[in-house]
Amino acid sequence: MATATKLIGKPIKRKEDPRLVQGIAHYVDDLTLPGMLHLGIVRSPYAHARVRSVDVSKALAAPGVVAVLTAEDVQGAIAPIPCAAQIPDMKPAPRPVLATNEVRFVGEGVAAVVAADRYALRDAMDLVEVDYEPLPAVVDLEKALRKDSPRVHDGLADNAAYHWALEGGDVKKAFKQADRVVKLRMLNQRLIPVAMEPRAVLAQYDRGDNRLTLWSSSQIPHILRTQIAAMLNFPEYGVYVIVPEVGGGFGSKLNVYPEEALACHLAIKLEKPVKWNEGRRENFLSTIHGRGESCDMELAVKRDGTILGMRARVLADLGAYYQLLTPLIPTLTGLMICGCYRIQNLSVEITGVLTNKMATDAYRGAGRPEATYFVERAMDAVAAELKIDPAELRRKNFPKPKDFPYATATGLIYDTANYQGALELALKKSGYKALRRQQAALRKKGRLLGIGLSSYVEICALGPSSAMPAGGWESATIRIEPTGRVRVLTGSSPHGQGEETSFSQIAADMLGVGLDDVIIVHGDTSAVPYGIGTFGSRTLAVGGTAIYRCCEKLRDKLLKIAGHLMQEDPAKLVLRAKQIVSKRDPKKSISFAETVGAAYTAKTLPPGVEPGLEATHFYEPSNFTFPFGTHVAVVEVDRETGEVKLVKYVAVDDCGNLINPLLVEGQVQGGIVQSIGQAMLEEAVYDDQGQLLTGELMDYAIPRAADVPKLETFHTVTPTPVNPMGVKGVGEAGTIGATPALVNAVVDALAPFGVRHLDMPLKRERVWKAIHQAPSESAGRPRRSK
Amino acid sequence: MGVAIHLQVNGKSCQDEVEPRLLLVHYLREHLGLTGTHVGCETSLCGACTVLVDGRAVKSCSMLAVQADGAEITTIEGLTSTPEANGGLHPVQEGFWEKHGLQCGYCTPGMILSAVELLRENPSPSDAQIRRALAGNLCRCTGYQHIIEAVEYAAKKLRARKR
Repeated sequence: MATATKLIGKPIKRKEDPRLVQGIAHYVDDLTLPGMLHLGIVRSPYAHARVRSVDVSKALAAPGVVAVLTAEDVQGAIAPIPCAAQIPDMKPAPRPVLATNEVRFVGEGVAAVVAADRYALRDAMDLVEVDYEPLPAVVDLEKALRKDSPRVHDGLADNAAYHWALEGGDVKKAFKQADRVVKLRMLNQRLIPVAMEPRAVLAQYDRGDNRLTLWSSSQIPHILRTQIAAMLNFPEYGVYVIVPEVGGGFGSKLNVYPEEALACHLAIKLEKPVKWNEGRRENFLSTIHGRGESCDMELAVKRDGTILGMRARVLADLGAYYQLLTPLIPTLTGLMICGCYRIQNLSVEITGVLTNKMATDAYRGAGRPEATYFVERAMDAVAAELKIDPAELRRKNFPKPKDFPYATATGLIYDTANYQGALELALKKSGYKALRRQQAALRKKGRLLGIGLSSYVEICALGPSSAMPAGGWESATIRIEPTGRVRVLTGSSPHGQGEETSFSQIAADMLGVGLDDVIIVHGDTSAVPYGIGTFGSRTLAVGGTAIYRCCEKLRDKLLKIAGHLMQEDPAKLVLRAKQIVSKRDPKKSISFAETVGAAYTAKTLPPGVEPGLEATHFYEPSNFTFPFGTHVAVVEVDRETGEVKLVKYVAVDDCGNLINPLLVEGQVQGGIVQSIGQAMLEEAVYDDQGQLLTGELMDYAIPRAADVPKLETFHTVTPTPVNPMGVKGVGEAGTIGATPALVNAVVDALAPFGVRHLDMPLKRERVWKAIHQAPSESAGRPRRSK
Repeated sequence: MGVAIHLQVNGKSCQDEVEPRLLLVHYLREHLGLTGTHVGCETSLCGACTVLVDGRAVKSCSMLAVQADGAEITTIEGLTSTPEANGGLHPVQEGFWEKHGLQCGYCTPGMILSAVELLRENPSPSDAQIRRALAGNLCRCTGYQHIIEAVEYAAKKLRARKR
């Protein structure tokens, strides 16, 4: 970097925190407007039913009730939820904001009630009478695809939303040449994101200005603005979306939801502010779920462990309707299915399956954790079958650093990597060889120690627009104000990741000012340029780069102005510590403040230079980035109870250069613990009637403080050439890399019992059964290999 | 139909008439405007709404305002006025800032108040004791490690002051 680095790379504590630790930050539910009304949604208790009638008369007569709407009332006024995914021959499954004649999942909205306060609302919602005629529910993926299955959507030929296929190299030949074919059937179970702040919406309409303001707990303020304008047929210039503090998203707020449109519609209709708060049970039922993919994988292997080819057939549970990106997520699994291995002969088939459940969509990792899980589990199955050490098998099949940029059989170009470097560091830090010796010794005593590896690559910094459904760039505007303070307006929408700090570090270093001279503004569509938002580990690599480019433009302008004032060639000047200094003669300098002043008073500007100090950049990345790493999990399984104790966890991640190691550490730690949740505890369970049995925090266990051990984290640093700061993104690494390491460790621990696979979550009961049932009856056993 | 209640919130006397079914958390947030106490589940499972009632960490979504009649309540907004804060941030708040014990911040007020209760009872908790004391407060962002370090930081700071 041209400017001297002072803040970039340092573990600076967060600028966001003082307001958050004092409870004086504002989330949507903390906002109150005069005359504000409360909205509640009456939801279907059936997974699939015909709605014979909705009687709202009693609810309307209840004290404090202002309005009750059903599908009829919004017909033609609010378009269905938008879906940005475009997959050839995809069947339509748009979600209406309120169910029309049929409900298709438990939790689908049937009526909207508006009342003067929360408590009156709750009372009135119970008075809405809906007459349902239950219909058979589609729950199981395999059964859903049978010819005789009931349909989720009446008019459709079957429940297969789409078939997506990809083929590279010569798969037939690879399987012909193989010494062995290793097959594994795996499930990457449906999960519920559970951001700690449930969704919340507040809408206000000003008739005089025809101005609609929507506060929403969202990751995508601008996309939301455009979609709300389109759904309500309201001029986009009159829609103002404001995203205040957001209590976590993990992808669940990367969407457009019925309640956002309904609150806006009602605010306009009633000319009163309308607020909606999601209850936790509603959050479980009707905010997007994640994962929900099963995979039949076959690997064609040589006796020495060389992988010749891969076949994968994936069934993806899409739910009843499409949310913003629902059909697209499984295709990310397809693109990343060969992981960090040289597998040039490959065929992947994905079938998106409609079911009577809440839609799946982007949950932290979004398609990539599934891919990584499938390939990493299969690699371990190969290692077990060929009796090769799992580390050695991985080493053997990695592309080498000199092979990068590396073209995958799925059509991606991996930017840069040293997979073996990360693996070796993880082995060293975990004491892998000693662990294997310890394992052998403990096995002799009947104790079950398991060691699991996962080497992963992820696709981040989403992404070049050519590969994104609706733009993959990001925007920034920076204004240096007359007093010398720097206002950074970003199209990114951080919601807990800490970019108010990391973005400040970048701008402060680039412009030679202090951290507190910079303010980061985000999430207000009337203040910041049009942006794409925060998801897909893109905020720093794409949004941060837009800021970097703005700073370059402003730095050049400052140097031009200073050069003119100093009678010095701008190329011979450098910006640092609020001074513009001559490189030839460090005593020759002019202050940052004076230069900024000159830009605004505009009396001494060089010819052709515009007054003011503002720059905008829309940064279009040339490629994705591909962070990677290796995680090692060590578990001990209690053979009497099936309890899995996580003894040690070592993570080596490579996300390129680190702007703020403290924030990176936070992302890695948090991500791994979400992975522990998936591997050990979490599962969205629907019964065969389509009832969500895990519809509360009581029944759906997310990790608590006492459930997780201390995690040891390390990095290798391989900067990406894709962007000037060499940063790749780290928000999802933990949820992508960790899950297979944990399951591989448990399966490794159970190897003496002939267990070769177990589906997640690895609850005691499942593990105990695997130990105590005869191997031939063992649940989740793979099909026999040929 | 209102019931008269009289309680101390963050050292201030509050007298009100409330509906008997009004939850304490809604009283704090909507009647007193103390929105630092968050609602995460309404079923006492997530701990985001934790406040101190007569010094005990209580989930205010599962307590009625009328049950708090006569009680002394400390919410996150009141922590800087406690003697431990010494005119600045409370050491637990400071610990969360120093050790990156939060990301989205939604669970943070409840987490902090649970930690304050713990440290008043046990000034030198072990890692396992901290984890157990915070088991009723869910965090989805941090993975807890930095939260544990934040509480350890505060414990150390509070102990040093007492010496």
